[in-house]
Amino acid sequence: MGLRETTVTTTPRATTRPIAPDLFTWPAERPCLVGSRCVECATVVFPAADTCPRCGSAQVESHELARRGRLFTYTTQNFLPKEPYAGPETEETFAGFTLGYVELGDEVMVEARLTEPDPERLQIGMEMEMVVVPFRRDADGTEVLTFAFAPIDPEVSS
Amino acid sequence: MNVAIVGVGMHPFGRFEGRNALELGEYAVRQALMDAGITWPDAEFAVGGTLGGVLEGSDESVQADVMVSQLGLTGLQFTNVHNGCATAGSTLAMGAALIESGAYDLGVCVGFDKHPRGHFNAEPEQHGLPRWYGELGLMITTQFFAMKLNRYMHDYGISRDALARVAAKNFRNGARNPNAWRRKPLSEEEILEARMLNYPLTQYMFCSPDEGAAAVVLCRADKAREVTDRPVYLRSVAVRTRTWGSFEVFAPWLSPDRGQAPTVDAARRCFEQAGVEPGDVDVAQLQDSESGAEIMHMAETGLCADGEQEELLERGETEITGRLPVNTDGGLIANGEPIGASGMRQVHEIALQLRGDAGERQVPGEPKVGFTQVYGAPGVSACTLLSV
Repeated sequence: MGLRETTVTTTPRATTRPIAPDLFTWPAERPCLVGSRCVECATVVFPAADTCPRCGSAQVESHELARRGRLFTYTTQNFLPKEPYAGPETEETFAGFTLGYVELGDEVMVEARLTEPDPERLQIGMEMEMVVVPFRRDADGTEVLTFAFAPIDPEVSS
Repeated sequence: MNVAIVGVGMHPFGRFEGRNALELGEYAVRQALMDAGITWPDAEFAVGGTLGGVLEGSDESVQADVMVSQLGLTGLQFTNVHNGCATAGSTLAMGAALIESGAYDLGVCVGFDKHPRGHFNAEPEQHGLPRWYGELGLMITTQFFAMKLNRYMHDYGISRDALARVAAKNFRNGARNPNAWRRKPLSEEEILEARMLNYPLTQYMFCSPDEGAAAVVLCRADKAREVTDRPVYLRSVAVRTRTWGSFEVFAPWLSPDRGQAPTVDAARRCFEQAGVEPGDVDVAQLQDSESGAEIMHMAETGLCADGEQEELLERGETEITGRLPVNTDGGLIANGEPIGASGMRQVHEIALQLRGDAGERQVPGEPKVGFTQVYGAPGVSACTLLSV
């Protein structure tokens, strides 16, 4: 079972939480990833870091990443990952998922799960958009949300 | 470099119940000493490389120098090396440097490991990465190989048939190698139709972690003929790590500035130091963690141009009988990857090929120049150039 490409309500509810705080703007009508940008050399990284991995500067600021980008490369995950994978599947129910790197402008490439489960419908260079989707549920029923990228026009690859 | 290999030894690669990692290493050392016609007390130094202990499920951490209690307490200088996927390359680099410095004339380098079944899974925190990255299922080495390859195939027109050709070749070569783990040839169809693990790579395109050991006896080149009449000269050994923009494993983000892989830097340094051109290489052992890696590494090392591989493979040029035989012993695909031993296995194979001792898999025409390359996490490569 891949990620459901259902729209998650943008209204904050006690029963949902992002997989980690400060990864993406949430709740938000048009959520985006939050990285950091080096004040000295303009290098952008994701997730946000305290220092710049390129020049070593500690002068970094929070930086919202572009919501849209192009698929740089992708693959599938066809076997159930071991821990620390925390997806809801079991060996019996695991149906694989897709993942890739999405180039966000000329700033940074981010690795993410993709919502399109069929690799034949993915193409290097296709336009993708960041979405927030359900990933799994905590023991208390809280729905855990993650970021993912969805093809902007799924017809492109068909 | 003023360094020669005067003896080589190996413990077969595979899975060996009830035999611990040190026993594999000791066996390889004894084989190498016997091949050189010397005994352990003749060794003035030893360098031992192993990654054992950091991989989940493996036995508790072992240090290579513990093997002196079996080989003999001669008091020699013994250095332990633990350097990711370049462990064996770094072991050899250390041994060569000890001779080059003039400190010693004769010593032993051994690489060994014993990994459990299954893929290498990792804890995010150990790699300075956030927990969520692992929780989402993004922290799996094989995904990285598949994604780097998928982009490379797109950019340079490499087909899935080429991936199957490489794997089939390496299984075929492994079948001729008595020390290999996987000795059953598989057809290209069987390889392509096997279970997909990470698109575009199927089960039989990947190597697996296993167990094994290899060792070499190093000697000052100008004294090598006092030990053996068949020395193989270590012309250079180079180890390099990742630079900015290199596409490496375990990266939640990458720079859009594309940098070159550490293999490019290591190979360039290796050829420069040896004063040899890539075109002079008669036989090569390249890191084939998966069959696409062999294809990409052919170009990263300078042995061919990007995109040229498709035609080279179609023409069978990397077969034992081709113009540039690659992975004549079956590579990682047929031998598996005991990380600390893997690069030493490559050097062992080149030494056999240059001496004409490779038996059923001997490259014809008396090859004179051999090259080896390993690559792996966390973005490290080691290359060697050997000649007779």
